[in-house]
Amino acid sequence: MSAITRDEVAHLARLSRLALGEDELDHLAAQLDVIISAVARVQEVTAEDIPPTSHALPLTNVYRPDEVRPSLSPEEALAGAPAAEDQRFRVPRILGEEA
Amino acid sequence: MGYDEALARYEPVLGLETHIELGTASKMFCGCPTAFGAPPNTQVCPVCLGLPGSLPVTNRAAIEGIIRIGLALNCSVVEWCRFARKNYFYPDMPKNYQISQYDEPICIDGHLDVEVDGETYRIEIERVHMEEDTGKSLHVGGATGRIHGADHSLVDYNRAGIPLVEIVTKPITATGDRAPLVARAYVTELRALIRTLGVSDVRMEEGSLRADVNVSLMPRGATEWGTRTETKNVNSLRSVERAVRSEIERQGGVLAAGGRVVQETRHFHEDTGRSTSGRSKEEAQDYRYFPEPDLVPMAPPRAWVEELRATLPELPAARRRRVQREWGLSDLELRDVVNAGAVDLIEETVAAGAEPAAARKWWMNELSRRATEQGVELAELPITAGQVARIQELITAGELNDKLARQVFEGVLAGEGGPDEVVAARGLKVVSDDGELASIVDKVIADNADAADKVRSGKVAAAGALVGAVMKATRGQADAARARELILDRLGAS
Amino acid sequence: MTELTRRTAAELAALMAAGETSAVEVAQAHLDRIAAVDGRIEAFLHTDPEGVLEQARAVDARRAAGEELGPLAGVPIAHKDVFTTRDMPTTAGSKILEGWRPPYDATVTARLRAAGLVILGKTNLDEFAMGSSTENSAYGPTRNPWDTSRIPGGSSGGSSAAVAAYEAPLATGTDTGGSIRQPASVTGIVGAKPTYGGSSRYGLIAFASSLDTPGPFARTVLDAALLHEAFSGHDPMDATSIDRPVPPVVEAARRAEIAGLRVGVVREFAGDGYQAGVTARFDEAVELLESLGAKVVEVSCPHFEYALPAYYLIAPSECSSNLARFDAMRYGLRIGDDGSRSAEEVMALTRAEGFGPEVKRRIMLGTYALSSGYYDAYYGKAQQVRTLITRDFEAAFEQVDVLVSPTTPTTAFPIGERADDPMAMYLADLCTIPSNLAGNAAISVPCGLADEDGLPVGLQIMAPPLADDRVYRVAAAVERALESRWNGPLLAKAPEL
Repeated sequence: MSAITRDEVAHLARLSRLALGEDELDHLAAQLDVIISAVARVQEVTAEDIPPTSHALPLTNVYRPDEVRPSLSPEEALAGAPAAEDQRFRVPRILGEEA
Repeated sequence: MGYDEALARYEPVLGLETHIELGTASKMFCGCPTAFGAPPNTQVCPVCLGLPGSLPVTNRAAIEGIIRIGLALNCSVVEWCRFARKNYFYPDMPKNYQISQYDEPICIDGHLDVEVDGETYRIEIERVHMEEDTGKSLHVGGATGRIHGADHSLVDYNRAGIPLVEIVTKPITATGDRAPLVARAYVTELRALIRTLGVSDVRMEEGSLRADVNVSLMPRGATEWGTRTETKNVNSLRSVERAVRSEIERQGGVLAAGGRVVQETRHFHEDTGRSTSGRSKEEAQDYRYFPEPDLVPMAPPRAWVEELRATLPELPAARRRRVQREWGLSDLELRDVVNAGAVDLIEETVAAGAEPAAARKWWMNELSRRATEQGVELAELPITAGQVARIQELITAGELNDKLARQVFEGVLAGEGGPDEVVAARGLKVVSDDGELASIVDKVIADNADAADKVRSGKVAAAGALVGAVMKATRGQADAARARELILDRLGAS
Repeated sequence: MTELTRRTAAELAALMAAGETSAVEVAQAHLDRIAAVDGRIEAFLHTDPEGVLEQARAVDARRAAGEELGPLAGVPIAHKDVFTTRDMPTTAGSKILEGWRPPYDATVTARLRAAGLVILGKTNLDEFAMGSSTENSAYGPTRNPWDTSRIPGGSSGGSSAAVAAYEAPLATGTDTGGSIRQPASVTGIVGAKPTYGGSSRYGLIAFASSLDTPGPFARTVLDAALLHEAFSGHDPMDATSIDRPVPPVVEAARRAEIAGLRVGVVREFAGDGYQAGVTARFDEAVELLESLGAKVVEVSCPHFEYALPAYYLIAPSECSSNLARFDAMRYGLRIGDDGSRSAEEVMALTRAEGFGPEVKRRIMLGTYALSSGYYDAYYGKAQQVRTLITRDFEAAFEQVDVLVSPTTPTTAFPIGERADDPMAMYLADLCTIPSNLAGNAAISVPCGLADEDGLPVGLQIMAPPLADDRVYRVAAAVERALESRWNGPLLAKAPEL
């Protein structure tokens, strides 16, 4: 049985904002199936009482003082923008809800 | 369906999620300033623009702020917690994930008591967590400023990365027909609390306090809650109340017609007082939360928490109890003062030397009236507590009477300067020089022979008309009590 | 005088300090070398000869003015194109960032500049540092100077090749699962992965935030240590940076003394999949350590066999989130914005077009591992494995001072051999990944050539977090002993380009 279905792969592509063609989806589905089957090995060893590790080293409480530092100029901020207008980033129309 | 009918059949369950922008000098994870209304994209840097390679570093003042809020809401501050990434794509979110907290909020399990019509409701707080704000989009083309039908959008990231505290209540039940009022009272009380803490300016109109309202209905007598909706875009206290009311009516209608409430996000419209359907929550949003690897866990030391607790100011509820006692107010009087937003102003006026009763009189009558006329909050009137105290001082010293004082208020509010300047510029002064007053009294007696005769014949009440005439002749500047004495003296009725 | 490009960084610095050459001369010699050989190696994505000479002139001017300069002032360096640079494009090897000029310098970049290092240009890499061969670059593969039909390792293959081809005496790299040590190993040079948090990630375009570690490449252990000290140390812009002094790696590299040191051989890193020539050179290296006075024991790290699967869940999960920002809205490529398409459509088209196959695979894999219903079974379990691997290390380091293993199971493989076989490619990082998961210090130092193909083999030395000096000490001892055996550095055996 495969670890992941083609439909799931298509769903992941949507979640990841990747407009993949049919061929690419097929190819990826096969590869992901192999990889997921392989990485699923992590499930062999772990008991419930092992704490998860999210950070390489156990540091805590790192803060910076509430001090203002220089911002970029609007020109610098917008220099890399694919499109700009009125000192703002111009983006294609947004679907979905109003924020 | 009408509100009363809906309430007769269903019991509302509320939940409130409130976002508060903290008033720190710099942003949550970078050193950019946080001023409201700056020109677009002038308060951005690699971090808050989400440029490749940039990294967040947590602002200590923001964490102090949220801990203070948590403590003021009677929450526990956890021993250890982490930030988490909430992943979703949206153009106003520079990294396409929001640094937030997921299953490890920094403050949990608190409560806030609010009062409606003399009854206290305890609102349980589920969690208080830290996150960052998004940028702002301007939708161009199509209907004005609306996202639907727009050709394109323009994004300003000045707001992106401003520290945001989210306060989530537990489900609020058993409020019955007071549900809208309880919701409003909660947000009002929360706003007063946050303002007292000084961690945010909590201006709903500028978006530094934003409330999302969750409503569900269950048939009376049922034990299982109904499907809830989340109404966003609720931008004033009045709207909180209206949004709850209209959603109760709407859901009541749907259910009564045999329909099913859809779990969804709705958008409230200030103009119509109604909400419209947004994104359905049923098409699953999968935020793929995971611990933020760029930020190390927070383990607030207990000593730090206690230090912050010790710095908490007197909170609004305690303060209200104190001023009620100190000013000798009835419950009703206290409520009026609180509802008018006058507690601070009266207290400052008293601190500046006025008697509580006088301070309350001016703020609650004369100044409240003018604020209402101008459609502004009492605190927004261009007059200070110190100026009010000074006017009252002049009254106590006999240099002004109430009528003249009203003219001084008018002058100060019109920008003519402070009380003493207005008094001088307008030549306002109680006429108490007996010589001058006596000649005016004589003239009034001569001009009003009928009234004078009545007084002479023992009808002392008729003196009122003569005093009025004196006051008119002096354009209100006479000391009315002295004028009356002189009149009665002249007419042998004293 | 020996050609300037054959000199070590320490030698160049000494020559410049003595006034025997100038930063400009040194820079020019390396620019000439790049012009002569980089057409065949393709290590660099960007060079700017005039800008390089300008940097060099500035160093010479500072020296002439009597300024006190750092120990590497005037030494040229190749800079992995995953660090932001204000004055040079920064692509991370991806089409999605083609032509992007960052408005800020990475901390590592800024520290190189402050130390007076002359940045020759930006080097090629697997797209977003994802890969072990540099074939995943959108700008074409880099070639191994030992055999240009083979890979130079990855992801920092441009940097390893540049140093091995004498185009630069030093280079920067980043190591997420072995991306410094494995390329160093297969090109016959030295590459170190500092303790996680020992070097700043600010301005390093993130692949997997909890694993990414900037580190040095050089042809000698001492040079690597000098570079390590030049850019490491606490950075308030990186919250995961360690606020402690940099371990004394230069002193350790000079000392090169290991008598009495306890060395552990990781039992699990041997057997099937290890090339015979790699195993032979490794075994000899272990004997060498013993002959130098080290006490060698075998240790077991039973959970290391789960390191690879755990890594291929954790790294893709973090990458799926880190790479979400490449969405065509604020910078970089934008595809399909014809006025009718929505932002959502433009994002998806741009990302499909702008990312290469390996990056897309990992984004998809990470999205899967984090998605609701799968998180506990995949990402959650992988985090538990991470704990077990850290515990294996802790137990091992109670018995020994350092652990050793081959750096990578094989020598450099031919370009194209594993290009569409991700699982085969992933095996290249088998021995290096555990140190990333635990945040350890580790290094790869040349230990000979495999008999069957005459290609370099690397010895990996691992030490606990913050014990970076230990790995340099052992590496320097091995280097000294082997170079005296070989009458010179291993790289001298490489064919002329």
